Amino acid sequence: MTPTEPASDSALTIRHLVKEYRRGAPVLKDVSLTFASSGVTAIIGPSGTGKSTLIRCINRLVEPTAGEIWFEGENLAALPPARLRRVRRRIGMVFQEYNLVERLSVIENILTGRLGYVAFWRVWLRRFPAEDIARAFALLDAVGLGSDFATRRADQLSGGQRQRVGIARALMQQPRLLLADEPTSSLDPRTSVEIMDLLRALAERERIPIVINIHNVELARRCASRIIGMAQGSIVFDGAPEALDDDRLATIYGGEGWLQ
Amino acid sequence: MSAPAPHPDPFPAHWAARGLKLLVVAYALYAASTLDLTWTRFVSGLDHGAAFIARMFPPQTAPDKLQLLYEGTLESLQIAILATFFGVALSLPLGFLAARNLMPRAVCWAARGAIALCRSLHPVIVAILFVKAVGFGALAGALALVVASLGFISKLFSEAIEDIDMKPVEAARAAGGSFLGVTIMAVIPQVAARFIGFSSYQFDSNLRNSTMVGIVGGGGIGAPLFTAYQRFDYDFVLTILITVIALVLATEALTGRLRRLFQ
Repeated sequence: MTPTEPASDSALTIRHLVKEYRRGAPVLKDVSLTFASSGVTAIIGPSGTGKSTLIRCINRLVEPTAGEIWFEGENLAALPPARLRRVRRRIGMVFQEYNLVERLSVIENILTGRLGYVAFWRVWLRRFPAEDIARAFALLDAVGLGSDFATRRADQLSGGQRQRVGIARALMQQPRLLLADEPTSSLDPRTSVEIMDLLRALAERERIPIVINIHNVELARRCASRIIGMAQGSIVFDGAPEALDDDRLATIYGGEGWLQ
Repeated sequence: MSAPAPHPDPFPAHWAARGLKLLVVAYALYAASTLDLTWTRFVSGLDHGAAFIARMFPPQTAPDKLQLLYEGTLESLQIAILATFFGVALSLPLGFLAARNLMPRAVCWAARGAIALCRSLHPVIVAILFVKAVGFGALAGALALVVASLGFISKLFSEAIEDIDMKPVEAARAAGGSFLGVTIMAVIPQVAARFIGFSSYQFDSNLRNSTMVGIVGGGGIGAPLFTAYQRFDYDFVLTILITVIALVLATEALTGRLRRLFQ
């Protein structure tokens, strides 16, 4: 069977995705999913169930063992490195531990989102195009930090502030899809809600879909329009937040005592 | 009150480590006894030392000797600066190639082999090779110290790169960055300060070694120093030693300041 391109109204289509870190021990077992071109999708499930692997297979930070990943008319799983880099530019990513360069300033970290577009010597000399710099400052405002933060070093920021920089960096790519891998797991409850609301609002503004891995079921219910439940490398729930009742949660996480 | 429950010994004896320590001490005593390292030999040596030191004073300050000292010291300093400059410039790429977290395995092992080769011989031995290859003079000394710098800095530099936090690297890759782009934005900022530290330590070391390569014909203050020894001009030897000590202390203070600046 030759891979065929899926219908164009979906932003991302995953087909029969398998990932084995060790032979014969798949972490992802034949996962197939389609994501609409807008809205927040939350992936929930116990630790070690392959959520993070799934999201990292999409932009191939982790190499899939088998399967197809269709995004904007290309099967990412089959792309050679140079073309993969071109596609990665259009997929923004937000990380659990922010993944900022501690010794660089906030604005330098945000401009890292332009790495796929700007020639390396321009990056080296910090001669970014004027419109990139203008956009970086606009995003700094949009994530609620403001231009006073531009020249502060990333290691001077609090967790919530760092994640805001991480979001601005991802949006700096002008992505057509945003991935977020446990974006709130290192944050306190109030900041977690603020960051999730910010992610949702910005994705709506930019009209792009978000796929979020998240531990916190309540937060997922609050922010997502669709919830995917994973257990042991497979999808065991896929539906609206309202449909996620205690029975479904017991299927995803196992056991029942913790639900009381 | 009931008797406490028996538990395993929390600090069990490590017999292999104890045995090894004992062995090291025993061997040191044995080696000292075979090499005639005895107290009487040490005391008779002290007599020679006293005579030697007595002949050093007062230090030689004749104008022709000072001219010789000035020229030799200047040449040593130039050798150290040039060797550090080129050694550092070359160890940047070599250090990158040897970093296991960024390079394919084959490249990495080739680079590590080259570094090990640079480190395996003492600078003086390398200087002898270069004197034979390119002739007497500062060029041979400088080349020898370039090799020494390469071996030292690229090894430490590659280790610094292996110690970096890979998370920002992952983020830069996810943004579609090329290898060079990722290196510039996510790797170099994490190692730049340490690299400056290594380079300044290497300059200290090159300055000390540049006074030594002259002994085998590699230029610098080493040649007049060696000549003075052989002609029993111990007073001039003292003048040279004082100058070298002052120079090394002064540059160490300077490079220490430089390191603090970039921390």
